[in-house]
Amino acid sequence: MNGAAGPAISVDHLTKAYGSRPVVDDVSFEVRAGETFALLGPNGAGKTTTVEILEGFRTADAGTARVLGQDPARAGRDHRARVGLMLQGGGGVDPRMEVEEAIRLYGRLHRRPRRTAEVIALVGLGHVAGARTRRLSGGERQRLGLALALVGRPDVLFLDEPTAGLDIEGRAELRSLLSELRGEGVAILLTSHDLTDVERVADRIAVMDRGRLLAIGSPSELATSSSAPLRFRIDERLTPDDLGILNARLREFNPAATVADEGGGNYLLEGLTPDPGVVATLANWLASRDRLILELRAGGSSLEELYLELIGGHRADSASRPGAPG
Amino acid sequence: MSHAARVPVAIAAMTVMEFRLSLRRGETLLATAVLPVVVLIFFSSAPILSIPGERPVDFLLPGSIAFGIIATSLVSLGITTAYDRHYGVLKRLGGSPLSRAEVLVAKLAVVLVVEAVQVALLVGFAIVVLGWALPTTAWVAGATAAILLGTLAFAGLGLMLAGILRAEAMLAVANALFLASLVLGGVIVPIDRLPAPLGVIAAALPAAALTEALRSAFASEPTPTSQLALLALWGAASVIVAVRTFRWE
Repeated sequence: MNGAAGPAISVDHLTKAYGSRPVVDDVSFEVRAGETFALLGPNGAGKTTTVEILEGFRTADAGTARVLGQDPARAGRDHRARVGLMLQGGGGVDPRMEVEEAIRLYGRLHRRPRRTAEVIALVGLGHVAGARTRRLSGGERQRLGLALALVGRPDVLFLDEPTAGLDIEGRAELRSLLSELRGEGVAILLTSHDLTDVERVADRIAVMDRGRLLAIGSPSELATSSSAPLRFRIDERLTPDDLGILNARLREFNPAATVADEGGGNYLLEGLTPDPGVVATLANWLASRDRLILELRAGGSSLEELYLELIGGHRADSASRPGAPG
Repeated sequence: MSHAARVPVAIAAMTVMEFRLSLRRGETLLATAVLPVVVLIFFSSAPILSIPGERPVDFLLPGSIAFGIIATSLVSLGITTAYDRHYGVLKRLGGSPLSRAEVLVAKLAVVLVVEAVQVALLVGFAIVVLGWALPTTAWVAGATAAILLGTLAFAGLGLMLAGILRAEAMLAVANALFLASLVLGGVIVPIDRLPAPLGVIAAALPAAALTEALRSAFASEPTPTSQLALLALWGAASVIVAVRTFRWE
């Protein structure tokens, strides 16, 4: 099999501009068989364009994109049979078509498809199997999009914003379905701006903004790579004097350290790598002030903090660079 | 490892689906099945227009068949294709094993099936209701050539417009052309009775060429080479433009 030896998806210095506006800017990554890879970023980050180049809908201006070893823009019907894709919003079905019909039609385009009933059960559309697709809710439409992507038993799956429009239950079902597919060796590339889902489902995450790849790694690698602020919550707010003293104590570790009062007894300590010494000093000092620590989160910053930090940092850099894309 | 279905199997699946969908489009059925029959019956029965020849049905049957072919290959195919793009159907199919050419083959197959039904329906009404008799001399080859070349010309035009226009604009343009073809296509009024400038324009358009070619075939006249050539020319030109300008999403 083509994808077994090399990566299932490989993107190398991919670049694409619409007019003078760069949309994908020198992006490189690889996805292996059985790996779930997430492109994470705000709207306009270039996620969809990257995926659509891999799906064969667009061609790159520079760099290469390979799916199962082939150039997707030139690949033939047997290649497309091995690739399952879901457009943003799960769209692309005639509103007069029934759910079951749509799945059966896409199945018939493959030589050995999953059974229609099996796919309907897999994505949880049994209650609307006979309904015209125009009657579907946003979440049901997403499920139908997923069904069309799965019916041909793909080796590679492209899911553009698969969780958008899904309720909490739907998201949980999607996560378990994706982990099942991963177990079967399917390479999954999904895009999202939903951090929570990505954090739970992806083996690796690439953070994109304004066409550039800002970071790439497993969720835990990414979380520990950030400057990992330390947060704590205490039973009673510190007086301004005490806050000044605490700041002074912590600057013994690093002159740039600051403690910010976030209100309600919540404090954010920045500029320090949280090591046992810092935590012990903080705890001892608070004890000496007779303050009870209700919560202390050292390091392991959530992906959300990392994400905001990356995007914020990138935007600040762009703004300070004359002629940067807007 | 997953494989694509064989080409004929995939095209057949797509054709069946397209045909079922076309039966669900009420407004399209009105244009393709009902209006041509109404034109045939109404203008044959009501002495509104002075129609040449002994019996109005001899003039109106070829005209209403042409009208039906325009409804199916220009109006219906054009509008549904434009809406297919609007709904992302064409894009989604582009990501399936089906190739774009296969999608078009399926659409054209449905056009031909619907046209066969239309011709049967119109000829049936002409015989049963209006007392028309099938020509005794060879007419099938001439009529088939006219219908196929007419389909090429109007399907080419339909796809060309659908590839350029937004769905809503396509709806308006297709319906306007449909109505215009009733007058300028020699369907109910012979084009030599149109005012001079209109008559000249009408003679260069594919609608009148199709109507005249069908009329010649049913009248067992010699092959109307110039009309068939004009249809082929419109077909070739529109297909070339459509291939160059068509937007799939």
